[in-house]
Amino acid sequence: MLNESAKHKTHDSAVHHVKGDAPYIDDMPEPHGTLHVVPGYTNVAAGKIAHLDLEAVRTAPDVVTVLTYADIVGMNDCSPAMGDDLILAIDEVFFSGQVIFAVVAKTRDAARKAAKLVGIEIATMSPVLTIADAKKKSKTVLPPYQFKRGDVESEIANSPHNLNSEIVVGGQEHFYLEGQIAFAVPLEGTSMKVYSSTQHPSEVQHCIARMLDLPQADIICEVRRMGGAFGGKESQATQWAALAALAAAKTGKPCKLRLDRDDDMILTGKRHDFEIEYQAGFNDQGQLTSVKSDLYARCGCSADLSLGVNDRAMFHADNAYFYPSLEINSYRMKTNTVSNTAFRGFGGPQGTVFAERMMDEIACKLGKDPLDVRLTNLYGPDRDITPYGMQVVDNIAPQIMRELETSCDYRKRRTAITKFNAENKYLKKGIALTPVKFGISFTLIHLNQAGALVHVYTDGSVQINHGGTEMGQGLYTKVASIVANEFGIDIDVVKITATTTDKVPNTAPTAASAGTDLNGMAAKNACETIKKRLAVLAAEQLNCSAGDIRFSQNKVTCPKGEMNFADLTKKAFLQRVSLSATGFYATPKITWDRENVEGTPFFYFAYGASCSEVTIDTLTGEMKVEQVDILHDVGTSLNPAIDIGQIEGGFVQGMGWLTTEELVFDDRGQLRTHAPSTYKIPTVSDIPENFTTKLWESDGNKADTIYRSKAVGEPPVMLALSVFSAIFDAVASVAPNIVPKLHAPATPESIMKAVASMKSATA
Amino acid sequence: MPKKSIKFFHGTELVELSNVGPSETILDYLRLRMHLTGTKEGCGEGDCGACTVAIGQLHEGKVAYQPVNSCIQLLGSLDGKELVTVEDLASPSGKLHPVQSAMVENHGSQCGFCTPGFIMSLFVLQQEGTNPDRNEINNALAGNLCRCTGYRPIIDAAKQVCNEPVIERPAALFALLEKNQDTFIGDETSFFASPSTQSALATLYHEHQDATLVAGATDVGLWITKQLRPLPKVIYLGAVKSLKNIAIEIADLVMGAGVTYAQALPHLDALHPDLGQVVRRIGSKQVRAVGTIGGNIANGSPIGDMPPMLIALSSQIELRSIEGKRSIALEDFYIEYGKQDLKPNEYLAQIRISLLQANQQFRAYKISKRFDQDISAIMAGFCFTIENDAIMNARCAFGGMAGTPMLAHKTQAALMGLSIKDETAWQQAAQLLAQDFTPMDDMRASAQYRLNTAKALLLKARAEIAGETNTRILQADSKGAPTHAQ
Repeated sequence: MLNESAKHKTHDSAVHHVKGDAPYIDDMPEPHGTLHVVPGYTNVAAGKIAHLDLEAVRTAPDVVTVLTYADIVGMNDCSPAMGDDLILAIDEVFFSGQVIFAVVAKTRDAARKAAKLVGIEIATMSPVLTIADAKKKSKTVLPPYQFKRGDVESEIANSPHNLNSEIVVGGQEHFYLEGQIAFAVPLEGTSMKVYSSTQHPSEVQHCIARMLDLPQADIICEVRRMGGAFGGKESQATQWAALAALAAAKTGKPCKLRLDRDDDMILTGKRHDFEIEYQAGFNDQGQLTSVKSDLYARCGCSADLSLGVNDRAMFHADNAYFYPSLEINSYRMKTNTVSNTAFRGFGGPQGTVFAERMMDEIACKLGKDPLDVRLTNLYGPDRDITPYGMQVVDNIAPQIMRELETSCDYRKRRTAITKFNAENKYLKKGIALTPVKFGISFTLIHLNQAGALVHVYTDGSVQINHGGTEMGQGLYTKVASIVANEFGIDIDVVKITATTTDKVPNTAPTAASAGTDLNGMAAKNACETIKKRLAVLAAEQLNCSAGDIRFSQNKVTCPKGEMNFADLTKKAFLQRVSLSATGFYATPKITWDRENVEGTPFFYFAYGASCSEVTIDTLTGEMKVEQVDILHDVGTSLNPAIDIGQIEGGFVQGMGWLTTEELVFDDRGQLRTHAPSTYKIPTVSDIPENFTTKLWESDGNKADTIYRSKAVGEPPVMLALSVFSAIFDAVASVAPNIVPKLHAPATPESIMKAVASMKSATA
Repeated sequence: MPKKSIKFFHGTELVELSNVGPSETILDYLRLRMHLTGTKEGCGEGDCGACTVAIGQLHEGKVAYQPVNSCIQLLGSLDGKELVTVEDLASPSGKLHPVQSAMVENHGSQCGFCTPGFIMSLFVLQQEGTNPDRNEINNALAGNLCRCTGYRPIIDAAKQVCNEPVIERPAALFALLEKNQDTFIGDETSFFASPSTQSALATLYHEHQDATLVAGATDVGLWITKQLRPLPKVIYLGAVKSLKNIAIEIADLVMGAGVTYAQALPHLDALHPDLGQVVRRIGSKQVRAVGTIGGNIANGSPIGDMPPMLIALSSQIELRSIEGKRSIALEDFYIEYGKQDLKPNEYLAQIRISLLQANQQFRAYKISKRFDQDISAIMAGFCFTIENDAIMNARCAFGGMAGTPMLAHKTQAALMGLSIKDETAWQQAAQLLAQDFTPMDDMRASAQYRLNTAKALLLKARAEIAGETNTRILQADSKGAPTHAQ
C-alpha cells in the first residue's frame, strides 16, 4: 500500500509549469549553429509526382539544404509495423499532406518561407476519400476480422423485437497544446541524440537507425515531458524526429523541427471515424438476444496502428453488456486521407458508441427508460462471457450504476425533465446514465513489458528512470511515489529523470493506459532488488535477520534497532554493495490467440459511470450540458488528485469528440478544419457548473497490479457517452417511439438534422 | 519629428527599442530575441491562449491589465505600456505569486504547456479585484484552451485566488514613458509607424497608400504568422487617441473606429443586451482587449459578428482621408466579397449607431459550433419598428449567408404590415429568405442548415417579441452571465 503523504503529491512539474520554467523541447537553449527544418507537402490527395522543382527553395535566403527521399541511405519508412509510411515521398502521393521534401535553413522563418517556393507538378488520380468510396472500391489497409457466437440471423429474426440501424461517428484531432517537435544533435562519430516529443522513444530510435543505416546503439532518444500527446505522439511523432535526424546527419549541425499548428493538423493522423451498421433482437424487457454489427473505419492511406485500433473497437463493441449471440465484423477501409492513428481510447470509444446507441434505440422503441434497458443488459452471473470468449470476473458496473443513479437523483430528474419537455415548445431536455467497462493491457501481448533503472546514492537520494513517458498524466509523479514508498523515504529525495533509450532500452510506447501498471511495477522490482541487498547489510549492522528489516520514515528498522536510510547507503558503498539495479515487469496471465479468437487479452477491466443532463434548442440545434455526475473506479488510488484529473480531462475530451469537434474534409481530400479557429475543442464555458467527480470506493483491484490500483488514462473518455445519449434523449422527446437519427459529433447542425427527421417522421 | 524608438516596461526594466520590425510579434521578441521561453506558442493565430501575456496601461492613476495573445500582437504596440510575462510573477527569491500557488494547490496543470497562458489570464482576473462568479471566470478564461484538465481545477484555482488580496503594481514608473507622440521606426521602404493624431495618420497613409493599417492585429497577425505575407510598411492605429472616442450624440451612439470590443461592450450592452451578449462571445478576452469594432467592419469579412447587428441598427460609417471625410450607410460599404467602398488613402474613422426608439425591437443571434470564441456559422440582427402589433419597418441583416453581410430585402418587404402575433404569416415571409440568399457549404455549416436556421431565427425573434418565453437555452448578459430562460 502507498502511504498517505505520497498519495497527495502534486504533479512533479507543477511548480515549474506555473513559473514557465519547465522546459519543453522548443525551450531548450540552441547550440551555436542550430538549423531549422520545415517539411514541404502536397495538397493533392492522390497522384504521381510528375515534376519537383526545388531550385527556388534551395536558393532562398538562409537555406542550407533541401532534403528529399534521395538523401535517405537506409530505409525510407516511419511506420510502426507494416512498412507502409514513407518519411519522404518518392514518386507518388497518397494523401493531401504527404511530405515530399524538407527545407533546412538558418531560421525557422526562412525555412517556412522557402518551402512555399516549391514547384510541384502532380498527375492527379481520382482519390478515394470516404468510407462509402472505399466500400464501393473494396479498398482496405488490412483484412477484415470477426467475433462470432451462435446463429445470429435466426436469433434476431425470432426475437420479439428487433432493430436495424446505423450510426456515423466522426474522428477527432488530438490538439495537444505542444505541437510535434524534435531536435537532433550530432554526437561523436555517427552517434546522435534526438530529443523528441514522443510517447515511443524506442520506436523513434529504431526508425532513425534504420533510416541512417546505423546500429540502434548509435542513436539516443530522450523525452523529459510532452505538452500533451493523447495517442497523437505514439507512432506519429516518429516522422518529424526522423526528418530532424536526417537533416542533422546531412549537415552535421543540430537540427530542430517544430511543426506549425496548421501543418500539424494537416500532416498527422487522427481518431478513426466510423460508420457502424447493426441489427439486434431483444425481448419485451429490452434485453438483447442477439447482436450483429459491421464496423467500418476510415484508416486513411496506410495501416499505422489501425490493426490494434480496430481490434479494440471490436473488444469494446459490448461496452458493459452481455450479447448472448453475436457477430461483430470489422472492416479497415483504405482512403486517400491522412493515416489515422492512436487516440486515447484507441478504438474503444467508437465501439462503445454503438453499444450505447443500441440501448437508446431499444428504450425508444419500447418506450422504456434507457437506464432500465442498460441495467437489464449488463454482464452478470451466467451472463459473463465477452464476444471474444473472455470471462468477466471483476464486474462492478451494476453497483457503480446503481450508486450513481441514487447519488445523482436520476429518477427524480427524469420526472422533472419529462414535465419540462411537455411544457416547452422550443427547448427540450435530456438525461442519460451510461456505464464504461474498459479492458486494460495492450492487445499486442509483447508490448506488456517495462523496464526501470534505479540508482541510490550515498547520501540516500535516489534517481528513478523508466521506459514510460510523461505527457501530463502524472506517470512520473506516481512512479516516484512508488519508489519513495518502497524505500520508505520522502518523495523529495527521489529525483525523476528524463526517459531516454540509453538508460532503459527496448521499451513499449506509453499507451493503452498502462504506463503506471507497467513502469510502476518495473520500478518496484528494481527497488526490491536493491532493498534485498540493503537488508542483508542492515541485518549485519543491526544484528538481526534480513527478513525482519523494514524500510520506513527514512529509516531502516528491525526489532533490535534502526539506522538512517542515508547512513545505510553510505555503508553499502564502503562495503562494496551495489546501489543500482534495473527492474523489469511483464504483465502475467494475459494471452491472446488472435487467429482463433481465444484467450484472456485483458489483465482486468476498469469501470465507471456518468450521468449527464443537457438542453437543446429545437429551432437552431444549439446545446448546453447542464449537469454531469461521474463515479469512476480506479481500484486503490495511487494519487486521487491525479486520477480525478485524468477522469475529468478524459470526460471533457470525449465530450468534445461527440459534440463540438468536427473534422471536415472537402471533395479534394483537403482538411478544412486545420486550426483552432475552425476546429473547436471544449473551452471553459462548455463545462457545466454542476460537474461532480467521485472515485468509487473500491476494495482494490482484483488483479495483482501495483498496490491494487487501476489504470485511468483512457476509460474516462467513454464516460462522455452520457452526454451524447442525453442529447439523443432530448431529441427523442420531440416525438414518442421514433428513433432519432443523431450522428456524432452532435453539432448544432447535426442535432437539427435529427430534430428534422423526427418532425418529418410524424408529419 | 516622430520619435524613433519605443519604450515599455518589462519586469523591473525600462526597455527602449529602436529596432522594431514592422511585423515583429511580441512572442518572437520574447522567445527569439530575449530567450524568455516561459511564454509558449500553441497555435500562432490567437485561438489557444498559450502565448497570453498581460499588458498594463495607466488608467486613473492605477495600472489596468489586459490579456493579449502575444503570437499575433505587434511588438511596436507595446510603446508606452507595461509587459508582464509568466517569468515576472514569482518573487526574486522564488516565492510563487498567489495565482501560481492556487494553480499548484488545485492541480490546475497536467502537461503544463497551456499553463503559462492560464497563469497570465488569471493574473489579469485577479488584478481586476472583483469577486468573479462562474460566468465571469468563463469570460476570463474562454480564450485559453486546455486539452488535459477539463478546466474544473483551473476554475477552482480562479475562485480561490480571487478571494485573496491583490498585490498592487507600481504605477509611478509610467511617468518615464512618453505619451502622445508619433513614432516612426525604419525608413521609407520599410517601417513601423504609430501616429498619435488623425491628421498625422491621414498624411502618412496618403504618402504610403501601400501601407497596412493595423489596429488590434487579430486578423493581420495571421497574415504574418500563417500566410507569411511580407508587410514592410505598418501603420499602427492604437496610439491615435481620437479614434477611441465614445459618445452619445442625440439619438446616436458614436464610436471611433479604434474603440476595442472591450471598451465598446458596456455601451453596446446598454443599447441592447443582445448586442452585449454577442460582443461578449466575439473571440476571447484576449481578442476583445485589442480587436476593434472598426477592424471588424473594415476587414470586409462576410462572417464578422458586428456588421449584421450594426446594419440592422441603421448604422452609418465615416471614412476619412487627407482630402476630407464622407459618410455612408454601413450596408453600402460592402460591395461584394473582398471589395468595400474604400479609396486607397481612406480609412474608417467612426461608426454612428442609431439608438433604439420606443417603438423599435431589436434581436441578435449568433450560431456557432462552440458557445465561446468561435466564428459564427450564421449571424442575424433584426430591428423591427412596430405600431399596434404591426410591422412598420423591418431590417433583417445576416452574416454567413452571402459574400458580404447583407439585408434580406425581399423578406423585409414581406414582413411589412404583418402582425407580430401572426406566426403563420411570418412563416410564409421567412420562406423568402431562400430568395434573398444563396448561402455556401463550408466547414462551419451547410447551405441548407444556414438557410433553415436563418428562417428559424427570424421566427424566434418574432416569438420573443410577441412575448413567448423559454426561447433560448441561455441569455448571456454582457459580463458573460448566461441566465437560463425562465
